Amino acid sequence: MNPQALARSRDFDHRGRAWYADRAVTVFVFIGGTSAILFIGGIFAFIAREGLGFVFTEFDAGEFFGSIAWRPTSALDATYGALALIVGTASITGLAMVVSIPFSLAAAVFIGEFARGRVRETLKVLVELLAAIPSVVWGFIGFSIMNSLIIDVFDVPIGLNVLNAGIILGLMAAPIMTTIAEDALKAVPDGYREAAEALGATRWQVIRKVVIPAAKNGLVAAVLLGVGRGFGETMVVLMASGHSINLPDSVFDSVRALTATIAAELGETAVGSDHFRALFTLGILLFLVTFAINLAADTIMRGIRRKGERGRP
Amino acid sequence: MVAGAAPDGGGASADALSAKVVVQNLTIRYGKHVALRGLDLSIRRNEILGIIGPAGSGKTSFLRALNRMDEFIPGMEVEGRITFDGRDIRRVRNVYALRSRIGVVFPLPVGLPLTVYENVALAPRLRGVRKGSELDEIVERCLRRAALWEEVKDRLDSLGSLLSGGQQQRLTIARALSQEPDLLLLDEFSIAVDPVTTMRIEDVLKDLKNEMSIVLVTNLVQQARRLADRTAFFLTGEHVETSGTARIFSGIVKDPRTHDYIEGRFG
Repeated sequence: MNPQALARSRDFDHRGRAWYADRAVTVFVFIGGTSAILFIGGIFAFIAREGLGFVFTEFDAGEFFGSIAWRPTSALDATYGALALIVGTASITGLAMVVSIPFSLAAAVFIGEFARGRVRETLKVLVELLAAIPSVVWGFIGFSIMNSLIIDVFDVPIGLNVLNAGIILGLMAAPIMTTIAEDALKAVPDGYREAAEALGATRWQVIRKVVIPAAKNGLVAAVLLGVGRGFGETMVVLMASGHSINLPDSVFDSVRALTATIAAELGETAVGSDHFRALFTLGILLFLVTFAINLAADTIMRGIRRKGERGRP
Repeated sequence: MVAGAAPDGGGASADALSAKVVVQNLTIRYGKHVALRGLDLSIRRNEILGIIGPAGSGKTSFLRALNRMDEFIPGMEVEGRITFDGRDIRRVRNVYALRSRIGVVFPLPVGLPLTVYENVALAPRLRGVRKGSELDEIVERCLRRAALWEEVKDRLDSLGSLLSGGQQQRLTIARALSQEPDLLLLDEFSIAVDPVTTMRIEDVLKDLKNEMSIVLVTNLVQQARRLADRTAFFLTGEHVETSGTARIFSGIVKDPRTHDYIEGRFG
């Protein structure tokens, strides 16, 4: 072999700066990328460690899901009935969805299908700004403004109730749902709209017969993410719901939510006590429900993406 | 302005009363860019009007203006006058009713995300046909006329987008026919279609001519020669001339550029 080629082939074993930089970046992004798995696993292990101890000892499913007596601090006979908390969270989230689904879908259709040019861009920015308002601000609005408004308008003694928390939570969830729903509408190819318009369809017919069916999965996912958001929200429901244990008869009754209970009580419990561990059991319940909702939304979104790829020529 | 004024040409005045569509002094702009300049042209009843010309000559813009699709294109401005059966299309009060009488076939087949059946049943449904038997009958008739029925009759409930490219294009033709249009606009329909299917569609068009006017925009000079009764030549926004297809292709042209284009010297 001639010496020149020999010298050059020695480079094959020489690792320069670029090689090490590449390796370093690879390791760094690998850690960043996989840390999500680590965190999810870690959080679940943490909650489970504290909560499961309760689940396998004091826990009584009949009491937990069937009783409204949440009396963790009773010295003689502590009971852990979470029914009122579950119903409280469900009723607030349910009302929030009644408020936010029509609102946000209408907003998404307007921004995506009707608004043009600068109006559209401005609205999109405003909606995203709305989504960034801290929840404590929303809670404050519920606590002060909505409270007196409900008392005045409906002539009820107290304005911190399901109605208040539901409306505030609905308004809070709407921007995120609007943004995701608008993305889903935008993913519908313009060719569909043009083709339907060329058939003589009115704009509403185009939206109803073509655009919404084509974007259906994304819209469902938007709604599910809104539900998940509402379910897990803490500050608004703590401040606006009245925070009293109660099975509501009407929207004017005060209720207490799962999340708010954890937030309000955890600081006052002894670490490792039954009460402490019971709160973690509520945490497990919340975790499982929000996990299931997000998983469903994600599966549906994936469904669209795959179908979209297949549909392209 | 009397454009290219010859007896068999595109002069608006000659056809003013009998033509399906009369276009006068039509100018189309996208911002500062002029896509079509001062077009005078008419579309007669029961004819196939071929429009040829290289890319960027304003052919597609012209089609868009005919059914007022410009309203969806930001920045597209249309000036001049277009009448459809004597009515100025700018002044009709229900643009959807106007569009429903004009069928459009786009260059790439746009199968709506619906089943084969629903693709063809959509336009009848939009105009209020509810009865299942009536819809079945319309769907079968339109698919037969588009030479597609035999291939899809057993899979009417599968998605239109799962058909092959050529089948999808015939599906969009069936869909256009389901509107029962008086005017059918085809924009380079054969771009994504194999030659055999193209020939089948061409045969369909020759038949359809008895019932409607057809505007055939095409890149294929020979396709215009095979199908068109008259042929218009557009070049960078200018309407160079319109003449009987036989005349143009036998070399009787008013403008030498037409001859050069047909002979394949540019474009």
